[in-house]
Amino acid sequence: MRIQILFFGITTDLTGENSITFELTSDSSVGILKVALKDRFPNLKYLHQFAIAVNEEYAEDNLILYENDVVAIIPPVSGG
Amino acid sequence: MENKTSIKITSSTLNLQDCYNFVQDASCGGIALFVGTVRNATQNKEVTLLDFSGYEPMAIKEMQKIADTALVKFAIHKIAIHHAVGELMIGDIPVIIAVSSAHRKAAFEACEFAIDTLKESVPIWKKEHFEDGEVWVNSHP
Repeated sequence: MRIQILFFGITTDLTGENSITFELTSDSSVGILKVALKDRFPNLKYLHQFAIAVNEEYAEDNLILYENDVVAIIPPVSGG
Repeated sequence: MENKTSIKITSSTLNLQDCYNFVQDASCGGIALFVGTVRNATQNKEVTLLDFSGYEPMAIKEMQKIADTALVKFAIHKIAIHHAVGELMIGDIPVIIAVSSAHRKAAFEACEFAIDTLKESVPIWKKEHFEDGEVWVNSHP
């Protein structure tokens, strides 16, 4: 299945991307996606400490992903 | 029902009067305002500008959650949370929180709750620019 990945903050510099389409096995979880992303982008070595949002809501590692989900990589925020 | 919250992310200059006017009400005995401003230095290093970027649709949702929670948690009348994105110079205003309430304590507490929670959960990032480079703030947990 294909999902969309959005990068923000420092992860745009680490990956050189703002947004990519990513191919993932059906029924993969957020945790499985993190492992696959680290393989693709070795610079994301702190990925396990970053938050993940799926379709604009914070998500835990056990959440199952579906085709066309939009997954955002959320490094520590610094607004305000 | 009257709208009790005003949530905004903009690349324009934030307007303190707009926030004040939104929360102002005859039933209220006070208004608490928090105005974030761009500081000229980080750890004694001179800052030239800050560049704010956000995941805007999610940031709006998270700011709305903060405002809705504040309305439940504190005895307040209205709350405005406005955040700027883009390049801000020293003294510019990245964030304004305005809260009105019948009695002042609730407004102070809700204002503090809103800015503290915003800094933890709203997906907005700032990059500090110095004379000799730039760095994402808080980028390593």
